[in-house]
Amino acid sequence: MTIPNTDTPPDQAAQRGALLLELQGISKIYPGVVANDGVDLQIRPGEIHAVLGENGAGKSTLMKIIYGVTRQSEGRMLWQGDEIAIDNPAAARSLGIGMVFQHFSLFETLTVVENVALAMPGKPDLAALSQRIEEVSERYGLPVSPRRHVHALSVGERQRVEIIRCLLQEPKLLIMDEPTSVLTPQAVRKLFETLRQLASEGCAILYISHKLDEIRELCHTATVLRGGKVTGHCIPSKETPESMARLMIGKDLPICEHGTVARGGELRLRLAGLSHASPDPFGTDLKDLHLDVHAGEIVGIAGVSGNGQQELLLAISGEEPLAEKYPVQICGTEAGRMSAGQRRRLGMTFVPEDRLGRGAVPSLSLADNAILTAARTRGLVNRGFVNFGLASRFARKCIEQFNVKCNGEGAAAKSLSGGNLQKFIMGREILQNPKLLVCAQPTWGVDVGAAAFIRQSLIDLREKGCAILIISEELDELFEVCDRIAVIAKGRLSPVCPVADTTVERIGVWMSGMWADAEGEAEGTTTQETAHA
Amino acid sequence: MDGNLITAILFATVVAGTPLIIVALGLLVNERAGVLNLGSEGMMAMGAVVAFAVTHHTGNPWLGALAGMAAGMSASLIFGVLTLTLQANQVASGLALAIFGVGLSAFIGKPYESVALQSVPAVRIPFIADIPIIGEALYNQQAMVYLSWALFWTVLWFLYRSRAGLVLRAVGESPASAHAIGHPVVLIRYLAVLFGGAMAGLGGAFLSVFYTPMWVEGMVAGRGWIALALVVFATWRPLRVMIGAYLFGGVMITQLFIQGSGLQIDFPAQFLSSLPYWATIIVLVVISRNANTIRLNSPASLGKPYRPEA
Amino acid sequence: MPDFPLRLEPRAEPSRLMSYLSPLIAVALTLLVGLLLFSALGKDPIEGFRYFFINPVRTLYGLSELLLKATPLMMCAIGLAIGFRANVWNIGAEGQFVLGAIGASGAALYFSGSDSAMLLPAMVVAGALAGAAWAAIPALLKTQFNANEILVSLMLVYVAQLLVSWLVFGPWRDPYGFGFPQTEMFHDAALLPILLDGTRLSFAFVIALAMLALGYVFMHRSYTGFKMRVAGEAAAAARYAGFSAKRMIWIGLLCGGGAAGIAGMAEVAGPMGQLTDKVSLGYGFAAIIVAFVGRLNPVGILFASLLMALLFLGGEQVQQYMNLPSSISMVFQGMLLFFLLGSDVFINYRLRIGCAASV
Repeated sequence: MTIPNTDTPPDQAAQRGALLLELQGISKIYPGVVANDGVDLQIRPGEIHAVLGENGAGKSTLMKIIYGVTRQSEGRMLWQGDEIAIDNPAAARSLGIGMVFQHFSLFETLTVVENVALAMPGKPDLAALSQRIEEVSERYGLPVSPRRHVHALSVGERQRVEIIRCLLQEPKLLIMDEPTSVLTPQAVRKLFETLRQLASEGCAILYISHKLDEIRELCHTATVLRGGKVTGHCIPSKETPESMARLMIGKDLPICEHGTVARGGELRLRLAGLSHASPDPFGTDLKDLHLDVHAGEIVGIAGVSGNGQQELLLAISGEEPLAEKYPVQICGTEAGRMSAGQRRRLGMTFVPEDRLGRGAVPSLSLADNAILTAARTRGLVNRGFVNFGLASRFARKCIEQFNVKCNGEGAAAKSLSGGNLQKFIMGREILQNPKLLVCAQPTWGVDVGAAAFIRQSLIDLREKGCAILIISEELDELFEVCDRIAVIAKGRLSPVCPVADTTVERIGVWMSGMWADAEGEAEGTTTQETAHA
Repeated sequence: MDGNLITAILFATVVAGTPLIIVALGLLVNERAGVLNLGSEGMMAMGAVVAFAVTHHTGNPWLGALAGMAAGMSASLIFGVLTLTLQANQVASGLALAIFGVGLSAFIGKPYESVALQSVPAVRIPFIADIPIIGEALYNQQAMVYLSWALFWTVLWFLYRSRAGLVLRAVGESPASAHAIGHPVVLIRYLAVLFGGAMAGLGGAFLSVFYTPMWVEGMVAGRGWIALALVVFATWRPLRVMIGAYLFGGVMITQLFIQGSGLQIDFPAQFLSSLPYWATIIVLVVISRNANTIRLNSPASLGKPYRPEA
Repeated sequence: MPDFPLRLEPRAEPSRLMSYLSPLIAVALTLLVGLLLFSALGKDPIEGFRYFFINPVRTLYGLSELLLKATPLMMCAIGLAIGFRANVWNIGAEGQFVLGAIGASGAALYFSGSDSAMLLPAMVVAGALAGAAWAAIPALLKTQFNANEILVSLMLVYVAQLLVSWLVFGPWRDPYGFGFPQTEMFHDAALLPILLDGTRLSFAFVIALAMLALGYVFMHRSYTGFKMRVAGEAAAAARYAGFSAKRMIWIGLLCGGGAAGIAGMAEVAGPMGQLTDKVSLGYGFAAIIVAFVGRLNPVGILFASLLMALLFLGGEQVQQYMNLPSSISMVFQGMLLFFLLGSDVFINYRLRIGCAASV
């Protein structure tokens, strides 16, 4: 087996005989959806191969097929030249395929070593296994303590557990599904070192991502998917981000149009020393948060997931009312003890991160879902009775003005794609003419076109004088739309600074909890993330 | 209080707690896999009547107990097919099983209502049964009592020491993750449901063959539901199931002793009889008051359907 | 999992047709298994079928008995359905029914000399209040202490039965009742008027229909009904919208308890005419099945309660003429719910024969 130099892409001609895995015409058909359509892909030992595509392009489905979580409807898989059928993940692992999931497949109440043992065949001796975990973590620079419970680990540490769990089985092929979405920029660099080391030892890596910069930096080769089909194979280092984007979305990346920033609008949201213990025993407690959001500005809160974003959103939206009134002030009213409905009446609307099941009721029609939050503001309820005609009309307005592709306002929320449902919810919240809009992960899991539309809508809303707070894990997005930005880490909030005065790198450092110029104690909150970095 | 009375109360408490231990431990394993089977009352009733009939016809209580287990398992299999294969709502399916089991047991048991069984002799453990007061109460007992202790140790070992137990807990916490790393979630849940059914059947068999030896319609008298409450009370931990079961046994027995003592207290028998039910409610309130205790200890996927994607 | 020759495949949209068809399939399967059961017991299945399903409704009197039996089922089921739609699992309707009977009897006995026309309304109110009060216990314990309402409401069924037993054996026993555990017979002012001469069908049936209509308006037109539906379908969405989960629990349980209480009143002021320790024949539990088979929908509940009433009457018939225990009707009821839950799967899934995955 030839070990390629990690800095230069492997010479394809020379490698032709040594295919590790080859997919031929793989298709996966779900009822009503073709997730993969005749996908071909080749990967050689030691190669870092990107599978690039935007949300919904079929990347995750393809990886699940390779890992045996689901089966292809059509097509062949060749492993080291032989045709194989991978029936389940155990079969994949015995072949030498490991996978690190985007949504980790870990068990919170179990320890690290128990989690690892669950993926090993037979009954491993836990003490010996702990030792092997420590060895592997040493060798690849993935520090983690085997005895700790998973729920006590940060997201970055959890990812390390997943990687170690794969490495212990000495994989020939490692699949990484969107691994950087949960990491700080520093931790991403660290991960890339580990992956390069692995590749240099001959392990092939399938790297799934929609982030063009990362792929250009890390990957030797790439397969681009769009709408379930392969739209091209390329060598990322020889492409520009623009050319790859065109392969990925079929056109140029849309750019948002900014207007002028108005200054000194009235105060619409104030957090005045918000502290709150998380309702989730495995959650993050909020500690003394201070923040002002004014009319006519967009304030962004960045951070790695699991650092208190959920708790902060619950506290602001009123889904988790506080014991005190003063810590959350909405449009001049101390609203800490108010319910979500009462806060909405103060002029706040809210777009949650989970669309299906929280932002919308999956089984109900869009018209019924319009009633969910707009009942009072749009007068859809009269003397305790619902005016279904008005509700339908409002839903139709959301659909038309926000370009929602659906079967009319009678369509069930769950029948919409993620992007379209997000546009509908955005429309429902924006068309209530809020004074304050709080928005979590506005474009998470949404295709590029819809994401651009949603960002533009947010900017347009700000221009109309609305105060907007966005909580997102996508730094690029925050830098694109926000006027001011802060970081949440370990339940604390950094100082807020104008986007123009800061850099992605600086915010990246803050994301690990270090904002030296903030409160004196900020020094002490150095997370393990950076301690190890 | 006189030592004989203490021994008698202790003895009766242990006997009364035994069916609860057996059933609740079965439900505990069942729920640790993430499946909530509310049908335990029906499964117990089925176990009780089938065990009684088989014992009556064969004269062998152990064959009866085995038949009771088989009856409980068959009943739980219906539940399993509905909820695990057909994705039906676990609460509704459990309720259906409770109603169906109680009805079917009454139907099957009609001919046996006036039949008496010979009582099964106790098994005296040499030497330790001679310890004053507690010896007679604990070590001159029905073999099923000793069996319930063995069951406790087995469940304890299984859950916390065996790999299979680790897998079971993992499935109960996150079936999707367990599936993603290759464990057969549905199969494991089927086995857990069948075990729960078998234990409910055995608990029922204990009631009709070893405890009262007779069959009366409605004789399970809510014990299946109490066992469900016990599992919550125990926050899904076996040792607490044992403690809770004996506490309940104590409540049931104390009220019987007061009623039977002929003490001239002006307190209606019906109120005393309702004590175990009030005790269940109080216990539920006390343990559920802290939502975090429940959330931390309950299997995270409890009651939620799971269907592996194909 | 190995591949079965039959596979369930999710439908893109739930099948509307199946959601109507499913209860009919369940009824058909119950009938089929019932016939097999009769054969297995050595009885003529055709004869069994006739006793069970034809005989009870052959005469006008039979039909009136059917409506009579369906009345408490309808009442309990519509109340339960309101809660079930919001995932409030009140399964103690049996106990709330008994308390309603106690409350109404209390009013009847307290005013036993009165022949005021207000006595019956007072009894309805007393029954509804008593049933609702009994259901308020699980509601309070659920909202304040997070105690599981299934177990609490069920435990209270046993307590209610002991309570009624104490009353009719003790303070309320009819001194001239030869020691039977029952109260004295209510006098005319405390009895519901009969709708059809020569039958036992009382005005309660009209009340039940009115309750169904009221339930329909509440569930499908009112904002509170909408909120409860959201709470049942997606609890997180209800929280997001700002609907109070505690209020849903209170409304769900109080409606269920109040409705069951009225049913209990209708029983003592109707066919029984007095309170006994056997006041409920399992209507509260059967109503759970009625609610499900009726799709938690008032129109469905109307039909489902007639079907369940037929099962009750059929059970009595086969006991009388075929020498089978009347508990056979409970077996049929349970089976019906099993088959319904099973065939409901085809609303969201379709059956595929052969391995769809490897074409």
